[in-house]
Amino acid sequence: MLRLEQRPQPSKTMLYMTPVMAVFATMVVGGILFASMGIDPFRAIYLLFIDPFTDSYNLSQLFVKASPLILIAMGLSIGFRAGVWNIGAEGQFIMGAISGGAVGLALWGSTGWWILPLMAISAALGGALWAMIPAVLKIKFNANEILVSLMLVYVAENFLAQMVQGVLRAPDGMGFPESRNLGRNDATSLPDVFTPLGIDAGGVVMLILLAMAFFLLQKHAMGFQIKLTGESPRAARFAGVKPGIIIAVCLGISGAAAGLAGLFELTGAAGKLTIDFPVGYGFTAIIVAFLGRLNPVGILLAGAVLAGTYIGGENAQFVLKLPAAAVTVFQGMMLFFLLGFEILINYRVKRLRRAV
Amino acid sequence: MDFSSLDPVAMIVLLIGAATPILLAAIGELVVEKSGVLNLGVEGMMIIGAVTGFIVATTTGSPMVGLLGAAVGGAVVSMLFAFLTQYLLSNQVATGLALTLFGLGLAALMGKSYNGIKPPRMDRLNVDGLTDLPVVGKLFFSHDPVIYLSLVLVFAVWWFLNRTRAGLVLRACGENHEAAHSLGYNVQLIRFGAIMFGGACAGMGGAYVSLVRVPQWTEGMTAGVGWIALAIVVFASWKPWRVVIGAYMFGGITILQLSLQALGISISGAYLSMTPYIVTIVVLVIMSADRKKASLNAPACLGKSFHASH
Repeated sequence: MLRLEQRPQPSKTMLYMTPVMAVFATMVVGGILFASMGIDPFRAIYLLFIDPFTDSYNLSQLFVKASPLILIAMGLSIGFRAGVWNIGAEGQFIMGAISGGAVGLALWGSTGWWILPLMAISAALGGALWAMIPAVLKIKFNANEILVSLMLVYVAENFLAQMVQGVLRAPDGMGFPESRNLGRNDATSLPDVFTPLGIDAGGVVMLILLAMAFFLLQKHAMGFQIKLTGESPRAARFAGVKPGIIIAVCLGISGAAAGLAGLFELTGAAGKLTIDFPVGYGFTAIIVAFLGRLNPVGILLAGAVLAGTYIGGENAQFVLKLPAAAVTVFQGMMLFFLLGFEILINYRVKRLRRAV
Repeated sequence: MDFSSLDPVAMIVLLIGAATPILLAAIGELVVEKSGVLNLGVEGMMIIGAVTGFIVATTTGSPMVGLLGAAVGGAVVSMLFAFLTQYLLSNQVATGLALTLFGLGLAALMGKSYNGIKPPRMDRLNVDGLTDLPVVGKLFFSHDPVIYLSLVLVFAVWWFLNRTRAGLVLRACGENHEAAHSLGYNVQLIRFGAIMFGGACAGMGGAYVSLVRVPQWTEGMTAGVGWIALAIVVFASWKPWRVVIGAYMFGGITILQLSLQALGISISGAYLSMTPYIVTIVVLVIMSADRKKASLNAPACLGKSFHASH
């Protein structure tokens, strides 16, 4: 018989080991899954987990895919630390892209270095305001932020559909439901900074914000209050932490980060607003946040791993005819394994000897 | 605009159809939450049900066998959640989200070769002399069996929770798991069972979407119905009969918004499509605003892990 025994202190080793174990377990079980589908498991695992980090073309794509994931996950992790569950990042991502993109489209034809920063500010505001809806409803009316933020994803998707058929539709686009291509317009496209690694201006902003998040959580009083609220809401109340402010700050930061990620995706990889613009980064970022242990450095690494599965997944679709959905299964599996292994942080497995 | 083309009887029949997936998923989740577990994976279990139900129904040619397959499929994936949250004490919110993400991916993978196929039709009730009655016949005797089954299920859940000893024990786990444990009940096993029941119900709700409502298989076809079902449980204050009211109200909104789109009303279709989600938010706000009442209705141990350390 096996039995769980509580550790006197949470294990530091396990805290850092569990994400690694989760990735490894996903490779093993995923390999079995692939083999059962008649796909060479070793090739598939190689393409999904190793190739994205060794091939130079893939490496240049890695950062492009990882930066929105990392940016969104960074924002979400601050909320998750406080027990504020914003799971509507996908909606904030869309609203950021719409509000930032609208500025760029309104200024179409103008040139100037200030256009892109203005779009970024508008995007961050758009995302933050969208996230303020669940925040206000939680603070004023005690409405569950999980359900409200998630419902707003569907509202945002419909709003996007309306916008690309309506006011944001390209006037010379022959009636197709899509906006002008912001990515092909000098004033509104994201400049590259370091091409071999695929680092563009969005990536640089992401790294700066990640450093700021690290500072907020480690050194700032607000960061302490956020962590305290998550670990012991009662103690936080006694310490004079106002729960409403924590909720508003957490949702505001995560909404702004997701909105910015939306704009970077729009002005970088995607180029234009279409109905298919959202690809689920807002949801995958939840996995990134957990796999990164809600810690800025961890999120950077986890973002790279998850981005790798996207890139590797695309290659595997070509080479091995791997269905696109297999990548989503993989990502979900990784989160399951992580959550399962987490028990080893606070408990250890002991073999129970039968008493004589 | 011509509103006379909206036939109220036909609309109520459509409403009931639109409400049934929500009703099935919500009544299952109600039992799960009554046992003290918050499973946010309803959407994932529904989509798994939608695809397994579809596969089983098209393979066997019987929609009812498909429905059964969907219940099994939903229950099997819910066991992942049950094992992780009950025996490995994982965070219920995170695990529920994982179940939804995993379920959406797995369903897409399973249903890859089933796009564009028509499932076998589910027969509607047709009783000589009753179904032909004006109005009453259409309203009460013209539905498919799943609709009657869903209402029987609501009654059964109400009866189980409020009139049986086992139901009392399940509620005890949800209100005070320490007390239930000290009386000798196996809290984890009871919750495991409740989660599987919730999975089976969500699976059937999903199958109703892919076999009757749409009827075909497309990726992500449940489109947030699972999340609306979670909101309905809050709306219903964890009372089975109110789940029916909530689900039928949402069915009504969905059908009304679809009819208005079909009528070519001047409001754009995209805005009308938002309404079920916006109404969900409004309903949540109204039901949660009175904090005292809201906390009285919710099971006291909802979302808390339990580990018997002695």
